[in-house]
Amino acid sequence: MPEFMNDTALLWPLAIPLATAAICAAAWAYPRAQQGASLAGLVLTLAASLLLLDSVMSQGIVTKQFGGWAPPFGISFVADRFSAAMVVISSVLALAAGIFAIADVRRRQVKAGFYPLFQGLMVGVNGAFLTGDIFNLYVWFEVMLIATLGLITLDRTRAQLDGAIKYAVLNLFSTILFLMAIGLLYGVTGTLNMADLARVLPQTEGSVALTVSAMLFLLAFGIKAGFFPLFFWLPASYHTATIIVSAVFAGLLTKVGVYACFRVFTLLFEVNDGGIRPIVAFFAAGTMLFGVFGAAIQWDIRRILSFHIISQIGYIMLGLAIATPLAMAGAVFYIIHHIVVKANLFFVAGAIHRATGTYDLRKAGGLMKSSPLLAVLFLIPALSLAGIPPLSGFWAKFMVIDASFRGDMAWIGALALFVGLLTVFSMSKIWIEAFWKTSPRKVARVRAVPVAMLVPIAALGLITLAIGFNPEPLVAFANVAAATMTDPAEFIAAVFAERQIAGATP
Amino acid sequence: METALTGLVGLFYAVSIYMMLSKHIIRVLLGIAIFGNAVNMTIFTAGRVLREVPPIIAEGRTALDGVTANPLPQALILTAIVISFSFFAFLLVLAYRAYQELGTDNTDEMRIAEPEGEGLPPLGY
Repeated sequence: MPEFMNDTALLWPLAIPLATAAICAAAWAYPRAQQGASLAGLVLTLAASLLLLDSVMSQGIVTKQFGGWAPPFGISFVADRFSAAMVVISSVLALAAGIFAIADVRRRQVKAGFYPLFQGLMVGVNGAFLTGDIFNLYVWFEVMLIATLGLITLDRTRAQLDGAIKYAVLNLFSTILFLMAIGLLYGVTGTLNMADLARVLPQTEGSVALTVSAMLFLLAFGIKAGFFPLFFWLPASYHTATIIVSAVFAGLLTKVGVYACFRVFTLLFEVNDGGIRPIVAFFAAGTMLFGVFGAAIQWDIRRILSFHIISQIGYIMLGLAIATPLAMAGAVFYIIHHIVVKANLFFVAGAIHRATGTYDLRKAGGLMKSSPLLAVLFLIPALSLAGIPPLSGFWAKFMVIDASFRGDMAWIGALALFVGLLTVFSMSKIWIEAFWKTSPRKVARVRAVPVAMLVPIAALGLITLAIGFNPEPLVAFANVAAATMTDPAEFIAAVFAERQIAGATP
Repeated sequence: METALTGLVGLFYAVSIYMMLSKHIIRVLLGIAIFGNAVNMTIFTAGRVLREVPPIIAEGRTALDGVTANPLPQALILTAIVISFSFFAFLLVLAYRAYQELGTDNTDEMRIAEPEGEGLPPLGY
């Protein structure tokens, strides 16, 4: 049994949500059963992802070939430290969302298929993290996209339809660009396996098609991740969805784009040559700055937070722009910290909505007195997002900004510090308006926030505190993960080692 | 053959980008559909157009002999067609529903999610 689990560790984070989605869809008429199955599935997925992380930690990169086809012919699944950590952290977030859903998801939303779609989204996200085949990555992006389209239009309100149109058109456009990049890359190299591409590409003569392909990858993932001139779909749509969907989107979707960007631009294309670095640096600077400016003029908590997603993506891309191992480690740390904190802030926004009945800061107020616990639970992720020591955001920001000063891009480090200041401004705006100010409405009846909402918020807050007070293990982990990422040789060796084991002749 | 296909692909891109720049959602959708097909043609052309010899290994041999057709681009395109078809169907329904609910197919008038003329945030405390 342990051997079997060890052999299939790579498949369970995918198979469990897929099976759960099927069970939830089969139990369409029974919301209670769907809820139970969904929670069980999420717990099992988390267990499976921890198992995967454990085997990656003990034996290095784990690979799996499908259909007994030797690489590079079959589809491979690969988990290195970075992808295993991403799977674990997204499973944690999904479980938190599943618990939050007990209190928040309405019967009508279950009837609209919340649970199967949510599990379907997790299939897509985990698939995108684990695949080792560039075309397969495209397929997982599409799986993710169709599930998110169902989730974003869950209530079918006018605002959701409006947001969904923009979301759908721009994201579909980005996946088609991604497909075009794959087509051109295939035309030049004749292979789709990422490890094989990493092996073949350094020996391939540079050509226009390759440059165009690299730029298209950057553009496609840039739209997905919400880079500076391409992010407009994000603040147009995220705040319209129901809060739990917004939280999961905020935590995971853009990060899948970022993850893909890191994969492609460490494994396939060198950031250092071909002038990709200055472009990424320009994108990162603009993303940080304009995201935080956008947040400054908003009144709606969800819209403020949506703009902050964009701003924080800029910090992560900073890691890729600097491209030293130190910066990569900072980026890995930043992604993990950001997924936890950002989703938590959206959960808190849901709790504020539950307590005051509004997301609009002009109408909210008085929460400091009426629910002090919520105030504390808001402060943890908010200060962490702004980078106040000793919370996790401080270490994340410290790592990337330190790397930028040590590298050759001090100007972008200075910009990042300035943006941190504006982030404090945004967070204090929420704090002053929703918590300090007396409620502007005369008969403000403050409702109690259910335990099922507070538990995930507190749990994610605890993770933030744990990372903040004891960053050393995660920093060490991020350093090793970055070292594996920046050295494709290990990745290639791991995938092609399968060949001898399978005993197949190429 | 490749030259003719390349010209066709270019034409597809031109048409689709022109359509996608429209304000009307239905034209944008048609543009996206054509854009998807243009990309499919790109993959087909990038995979080298070789005719007539099916890629089947003869009995008793271990490898293909000579130049044969490349089956992989067609497998990729087939996958992409299935996916883009389902997305197109979904988008058509979404656009129709949005037209019913919002009463317009002009993206300039779709300002429900981001209303215009919101008040300024506090300028000081």
